[in-house]
Amino acid sequence: MSDAGAAPAHRAVEAVWRIESTRLIAGLARVVRDVGLAEDLAQDALVAALEHWPHTGVPENPGAWLMAVARRRGIDIIRRRQRAEPRYAEIGRELEDGRQRAEGALDAAIDDDVGDDVLRLIFTACHPVLSAEARVALTLRLLGGLTTAEIARAYLSKESAVAQRIVRAKRTLAEARVPFELPRGPDRAARLGSVLEVIYLIFNEGYAATAGDDWMRPALCEDALRMGRVLAALAPVEPEVHGLVALMELQASRIRARTNQAGEPVLLLDQERSRWDRLLIQRGLRALARAESLGGMLGPYALQAAIAACHARAETASDTDWQRIAALYDALAQLAPSPIVELNRAVAVAMAFGPEVGLEIVDALVRAGALEGYHLLHAVRGDLLWKLGRPREAQPEFERAAALTANEIEKALMRRRAEGCASLAPARSTTIARRAPAPVRRPRRRGQPGE
Amino acid sequence: MRFMMLVIPDGYGEAPPGTVPDAAGVEEMMAFNRQLEDSGVLVALDGLHPPSMGARVTWRNREKTVTDGPFAEAREVLGGYWIIDVPSKEDAIAWAMRVPFQEDGVIEIRQVQEMEDFPEDVQAAASGFAEMREAARAGNP
Repeated sequence: MSDAGAAPAHRAVEAVWRIESTRLIAGLARVVRDVGLAEDLAQDALVAALEHWPHTGVPENPGAWLMAVARRRGIDIIRRRQRAEPRYAEIGRELEDGRQRAEGALDAAIDDDVGDDVLRLIFTACHPVLSAEARVALTLRLLGGLTTAEIARAYLSKESAVAQRIVRAKRTLAEARVPFELPRGPDRAARLGSVLEVIYLIFNEGYAATAGDDWMRPALCEDALRMGRVLAALAPVEPEVHGLVALMELQASRIRARTNQAGEPVLLLDQERSRWDRLLIQRGLRALARAESLGGMLGPYALQAAIAACHARAETASDTDWQRIAALYDALAQLAPSPIVELNRAVAVAMAFGPEVGLEIVDALVRAGALEGYHLLHAVRGDLLWKLGRPREAQPEFERAAALTANEIEKALMRRRAEGCASLAPARSTTIARRAPAPVRRPRRRGQPGE
Repeated sequence: MRFMMLVIPDGYGEAPPGTVPDAAGVEEMMAFNRQLEDSGVLVALDGLHPPSMGARVTWRNREKTVTDGPFAEAREVLGGYWIIDVPSKEDAIAWAMRVPFQEDGVIEIRQVQEMEDFPEDVQAAASGFAEMREAARAGNP
């Protein structure tokens, strides 16, 4: 398209595509039993739509239109393949049948149980046979409806690299003969874990992006949220799905408050709570309630969501229920132990029961040498020592934290606190003490806890 | 981005009190609502009784007058709305195109104002707005 009106027309087609693509690919994958081929067919249909719709307008039932085009292409390809491989004969017949049915009115066969097909598609895109990177790219492409160019922009990589990654992922799935099905039995929990991990990885990629970045990066949070909500609708009995949705909604509710006018990060307890998104908080609390109502012990996502909910429920920072947060971190540390969880637990415990108790946990971490090069370990230790009236010991911790962090604003803050230790008598300063919960700033690490 | 899709059915201005859609219409609308929900974009939705059951308070030259519905001069009247959360206006339009409208009518798409759309002084003046809205919602599920 070269005329001036092409761009908005393309955007309109792409918007329809975002609504249709997942169901289209899922429905096709069930018939051709090959996610890679289904995706290729769907892409062909998109190309056809981009050619036709700007002139003809969007058809009355765009989903059926796209499906008809994809089926026609599919029949051609399958016919060619079935000469070499007889197993394609049956698939070819099913495609033909489907086309005849579809020529009536609505393609009811696709609409009926497409929900399960979408679920199969999610499990396939997040299959453990694929690398984490490949799972993320494929999930954004198949479930998020993102184009290769959009994925590349979101991940600050080259379009050709992303395209390659997707091609390889599809080939891996085909070579491993990954069946298009819902995992059952003991396998299901692990497979679901992989799905949740991929969605949360996408969310965090967007969440970790700072202000001023390309808008595509924060948009990853919205993509992940939408996929999470879709998953919750399709798998409503899985508590951890609701747990993850709750966690993402609650974290996303603070996005606008996380930076000030100058674009600098604002720590959780210093955030203007009026800027938190109440709608997302409400949705998050509802999703958490659903996870809790399904019974059983809360999983790691639901626990992190419950911690985030404590902050969301507190009208002011000083209203925070630190005892509950400390108890939730206890549970999380038992369920999914990690040094980062332990450090956050130390902060919560210090807020709930006093800095000396928190310091014990931090000192155990120091002895274990687990987070030696991690600036927040030293920032927390410095802060707790400061609160205990031991500025001489706090000072080198702040200095070390300043040396370790790559973030200039954090560096400056740590230097100021080190200077404060050097110049001030060991008195408590309320303004500085308020900065205590610094470690809830999220490091970009996998397996990190929620706030 | 949040958008409101306002439903403006032709002739709703003259609909008699108690007019409601029939079961078939509601069923079709529910299928559409479910699509919105399953796609993770639905935020809120409501249907409104016709203006013949409502009233208007009009301000003219500092005088207030109350008029009971229906309103002779009103041509486009609201029949209901959805609020959806989608990546762009084009997506909102794509969704609006799918509304299973039984008769003639209009779906108007309007973006919902967010706090950051306002200058800082207005934001300051509106402080507490979000909590207020949420409290109102919570009490009115």
